[in-house]
Amino acid sequence: MNAPLALERLLPELDHAHLDGLEEEAIFILRETAAAFERPALLFSGGKDSCVVLRLAEKAFKRRRAEARADDANPFTGHLPFPLLHVDTGHNFPEVIAFRDRRIAEMGERLVVGHLDDSIARGSVRLAHPLESRNAHQTVALLEAIEEHRFDALIGGARRDEEKARAKERIFSHRDAYGQWQPKEQRPELWTLFNTRIRPGEHMRVFPISNWTELDVWLYIARENIPLPGLYYAHTRPVVRRKGLLVPLTAVTPAARGEAIENVEVRFRTVGDMTCTCPVESDAANAAEVVAETLTVEVSERGATRMDDRTSGAAMERRKKEGYF
Amino acid sequence: MSAATHRALRFLTAGSVDDGKSTLIGRLLYDSRAILADQLTAIESRSGGVHHAANEAQIDLSLLTDGLEAEREQGITIDVAWRYFATPRRKFIIADAPGHEQYTRNMVTAAAGSDAALVLVDITKLDTMARPVALLTQTRRHTLLARLLRVPSIVFVVNKIDAAADPGHDFAAVRDALLAFASDAGVAAAGIVPVSALRGDNVTSRLDVPWYRGPSLLELLESLPAGAGDDGDLASNGFVLPVQYVARDTTGGEADLRRILWGRIARGSVRAGDRVEVFPSGEQAKVAEVLVAGSVVARAEAGASAGIVLERPLDVSRGDWLAAPAQLAPSRRFAATLAWLDTEPAIVGRKYMLRHGNRWVQARIATIDSRLDVHSLQREEAERLGVNEIGHVVMETQQPLPLEPYEASRVAGSLIVVDPASNRTSGTLLVAAEAA
Repeated sequence: MNAPLALERLLPELDHAHLDGLEEEAIFILRETAAAFERPALLFSGGKDSCVVLRLAEKAFKRRRAEARADDANPFTGHLPFPLLHVDTGHNFPEVIAFRDRRIAEMGERLVVGHLDDSIARGSVRLAHPLESRNAHQTVALLEAIEEHRFDALIGGARRDEEKARAKERIFSHRDAYGQWQPKEQRPELWTLFNTRIRPGEHMRVFPISNWTELDVWLYIARENIPLPGLYYAHTRPVVRRKGLLVPLTAVTPAARGEAIENVEVRFRTVGDMTCTCPVESDAANAAEVVAETLTVEVSERGATRMDDRTSGAAMERRKKEGYF
Repeated sequence: MSAATHRALRFLTAGSVDDGKSTLIGRLLYDSRAILADQLTAIESRSGGVHHAANEAQIDLSLLTDGLEAEREQGITIDVAWRYFATPRRKFIIADAPGHEQYTRNMVTAAAGSDAALVLVDITKLDTMARPVALLTQTRRHTLLARLLRVPSIVFVVNKIDAAADPGHDFAAVRDALLAFASDAGVAAAGIVPVSALRGDNVTSRLDVPWYRGPSLLELLESLPAGAGDDGDLASNGFVLPVQYVARDTTGGEADLRRILWGRIARGSVRAGDRVEVFPSGEQAKVAEVLVAGSVVARAEAGASAGIVLERPLDVSRGDWLAAPAQLAPSRRFAATLAWLDTEPAIVGRKYMLRHGNRWVQARIATIDSRLDVHSLQREEAERLGVNEIGHVVMETQQPLPLEPYEASRVAGSLIVVDPASNRTSGTLLVAAEAA
């Protein structure tokens, strides 16, 4: 099955006017960020949402090469007006880091990396045990990177449909000098008259794809031919079954004694820290096939794949208040 | 299907604490299958032993939308939440606005940019034997705010119809009261729809009763026009674009002095060869090239974020405007409706920062002429405006702005007020039709 044909079959779900509207809104927000802040940065992890935001940023600030083909992975010329920032937990999937570095080189953009290992060495992060999930500790490395580079706006790929606490967040979301979100003090956000005013030491988190759903993201990836790391598509991988999740076997997530290791055809719906991201069984080999699967999916993106959000319904709200993305 | 109904519909829901608003949204998400299995399991476990007499699943649908820990403790919704669902005919974005009085500012947030407002009316809270039926203050306030912000479609959703003693009689009585109120308030209701969010009656499928022959709520929503984000739906004159971002155009190499002037077209359209005027400088030039999303286009229309390259470089900055000649006129003193959203009251003479289009200017409130009584809709005397109050004011700005009445232009007729002491968004100004 080739991608364009498959996409056309997915009508009427594939609604070009709807995607065009979401794209216009995101581009508007990205230009607003570049215009209103002195030192913005775009969070880029190699994850699918950040790949979409990166493509939108290219559309906002670059020109399409006249000779670019429709399926060209790098159709733009020019540069972004801000650097990219990645917080590396040290437990990222190696293929995602390789993808990240390859894309940065292809586009000729500047990448700033904040290493959680540096925070651990500095002592600002202390792990309970060596293989503890590093996901929640990312916040410290992120805030340290913000301080070091004096970023005043961070553009992220979070979406309101992901989770209940995110559903209430503004597009321009103010963070105090401690990097904290105050949900009860959110500024009213009226039309697109964004209140971008902050004090020194504070910063803004900016979410250009707030109004996109998981389905919109996949439709856009398919329509725009956006390159993604291979683990987003079906591949065979050793896993163990644990509490209803497929836990991938990696250097930091070994099998427990007595657990049966299986080779399963899987894909990742989200890609984060290796210690808390699980794949789902799937044979979807390209974005159009993922769209078809997403249309029939029965479990939410985070519920199917994230060990850390299962702790409680309020887990995300607590992490966000502490400065998590 | 027309273009206006092909786009996603953004709508807000407004109601008092227990009007069943969360249940209605839960019902729309549940019936359109936007709720996934793990989310249902999570609310089933939280629904505990206290069940409404719901049908099929014994679950409290309102739990789907009560997001924050603090809200669950208080049992109310304290902030706007955005929800997404789709039917085979349309995609929807819901701005779920809380109805609790101290959080009315969130309703304004939800209403600005929405295509439609659903105002929830709890029929069990009204004395349907009274003539006329007295509506709740919240209903009047929410309708008035939606009208003030010129939300294009206002729909009254009469909820808990299943709990009415005589549904046909009671609905008719409430409908008459809503029609009379709407007429007084200058609102053309896009619909008055009876529903039971709890049972799902008339939400996604029609009610089969002799006393109501209209569409289900979802059918009505599928048919309403979208496009409240720009002025494309208004009587449009010539091209107007507030300049958002000025970028160097490096296509001619590093020595290229040309600039790309980016902004969202408020109204009209633009193509290469058009003559445009810069506000405030008054300088004119012809358009050499129009870009959208990195590609050159023949023409760009209202609602598009367009990049304009001029034939000769003019001094243009963020905050300036591009327009067809003689479209925009400067003002530094203007009358406006002020909706105040801050716990710190609005004070005459105090310095505020206003954002109009993409420009920030210093300003002061010259006079507060009156406050609007949301119950009687009468103006009353006032010296200051407190949180959630609406008044008529005269503003003075340090620099001239190309203001237009809000009735004629959402883009050139709206401003936000920021208190520079706190950086909070303290209020919103809607430019009045009459001169100051």
